Amino acid sequence: MSTTTVTKSPVGTPDPTPARPHRADAEGRIGLRANLRHIGALARRNALQIKQDPESMFDAVFMPIIFILLFVYVFGGAISGKGNNDAYVNYVAPGLMAMMGMNIAMAVGVGINDDFKKGVMDRFRTMPIARSSVLIAKIVVEVGRMLVATAILLGMSFLLGLTIHTSVLHLFAAIGLSMVFGASLMWIFILIGLTVKTAQAVQGMAMMVLMPLQFGSSIFAPTATMPGWLETFTDYNPLSNLADAARNLINGGPVAHSVWMTLGWALAITVVTAPLAVSKFRKKT
Amino acid sequence: MTRSQTNAVEVRGLVKHFGETKALDGVDLDVREGTVLGVLGPNGAGKTTLVRCLSTLLVPDAGTATVAGYDVVRQPRQLRRTIGLTGQYASVDEKLSGFENLYMIGRLLDLSRADARRRADEMLERFSLTEAAKRPAMNYSGGMRRRLDLAASMIGQPAVLYLDEPTTGLDPRTRNEVWDEVKRMVSEGVTVLLTTQYMEEAEQLASELTVVDRGKVIARGEVDELKAKVGGRTLKVRPVDPEQLPAMAAALRETGLDGVAGATVVPDEGALYVPILADEQLTAVVALLGARGFGIAHIGTHLPSLDEVFLAITGQKTADSDEFTEEVAA
Repeated sequence: MSTTTVTKSPVGTPDPTPARPHRADAEGRIGLRANLRHIGALARRNALQIKQDPESMFDAVFMPIIFILLFVYVFGGAISGKGNNDAYVNYVAPGLMAMMGMNIAMAVGVGINDDFKKGVMDRFRTMPIARSSVLIAKIVVEVGRMLVATAILLGMSFLLGLTIHTSVLHLFAAIGLSMVFGASLMWIFILIGLTVKTAQAVQGMAMMVLMPLQFGSSIFAPTATMPGWLETFTDYNPLSNLADAARNLINGGPVAHSVWMTLGWALAITVVTAPLAVSKFRKKT
Repeated sequence: MTRSQTNAVEVRGLVKHFGETKALDGVDLDVREGTVLGVLGPNGAGKTTLVRCLSTLLVPDAGTATVAGYDVVRQPRQLRRTIGLTGQYASVDEKLSGFENLYMIGRLLDLSRADARRRADEMLERFSLTEAAKRPAMNYSGGMRRRLDLAASMIGQPAVLYLDEPTTGLDPRTRNEVWDEVKRMVSEGVTVLLTTQYMEEAEQLASELTVVDRGKVIARGEVDELKAKVGGRTLKVRPVDPEQLPAMAAALRETGLDGVAGATVVPDEGALYVPILADEQLTAVVALLGARGFGIAHIGTHLPSLDEVFLAITGQKTADSDEFTEEVAA
């Protein structure tokens, strides 16, 4: 496979830096370590973008605050009885954790769509890096944003009276589960972001997916009072599964079914949409 | 064309269609190692499609292309290690500073942290961006952005550099800056494939030219050869009375002077275009027109525009402009 090896040593100015090291094998494949380094460099780029444009953190910072206040004080009394807002915090906060992930994932789609309008994507795609690393780096940083949103949500919830009935470990498990599921959702939105033309269209399409999943779920209210067909839908709605899992991890209760369902959904979504997204990214002109 | 060296880029029968549009319709070209090939053509000629095929951003429908010995379709990963690309639109991250852009690219090219930092500083220095190193690229001027883009392409010391209309949209002073940088890179041995709409740019940078139109190569050769064909400079004369244009052309033809005799009337501009091969001819033309008593409203010389190159090569104007009257011997 050794055709011509091109080594170009510039004459003229002396060049102290060694020529580009060829870490890949003759086929040009990229090893795991190199791949991780590339993801790191690209994640740093995404993080620096946030630093340069702090307003892009508004959703992650304010959304959880507004949502928890709104739901606890507007619906809390109605659902749990007047003066019982405290009890509702314990119901809705784990559910909102699930919702945060969904909303942040939507922003990823918009971001990717926007990114593609810039020449820098062309540069990435003409460089000897795995093309998936650009997308994975984005997800890494967005999971970080999700963590910030979740931390703020939990902080607010504690102020409003959230109590952990299990253990800190259970709480971390709930957070971890939300992250895993949120990351899988990001692939869907990346795929949408790469498929439709404008950022507005991404938003429009995302809302179509988002609204029924969010409200047709156990996030805000128990499903028992819903009509049978809706109850069936909510029972299979991955957001319900995640909300139930997080709720039971925090409040105590059976977790096995909802945790496995959530992980199953996350795996299924990733397996189906991640390769589609990477291939779309590769072929995008 | 003498071909004493090996080719860094070889393109054979390259075809790329977008639906009905034949962006590339069987393009052949070679870029000899260490030289600059100018690909000259109007908007929509297929220049960008060519660059995108050669940089693995597009897969051609037919034909072959190799860069540094690597096939664009079968060996894209190896090929990406040997190329640099600076496009029409700056391919840098606008939200990142100049340094961060270059550092990121160094890391993506597997330099160690220390090497990536050093290389980024070197490139900033070399492209006169040290002062602006910490500012986000979105606050750069057009010329600085283009220089950063070139610096980004040079981090990996590519063997072949694609410059896709590198000065489109830049003011003349900035354009000269970019040209100087490109000349310097070439002097260091980089092979360059340059696409451009400007004859002047091709003349400044390229040693050989390939002229493309509607996805096809319509002429190729050394820049000097083509220039001789095109006539180098052109004198544009606008008479007070456009009715006199044919008479003026006829008078110039009678001189039998090489070049001057090829005077062409362009009615929609109300002007006469006279190819000028030497300074004396300029004097001769002005003297002659004066002696015959033609009233002249405007006179000026300029290097051939793309339109005129096309006129000279094909006897037709570019696809955009459809009006043309007189034949020109090419």
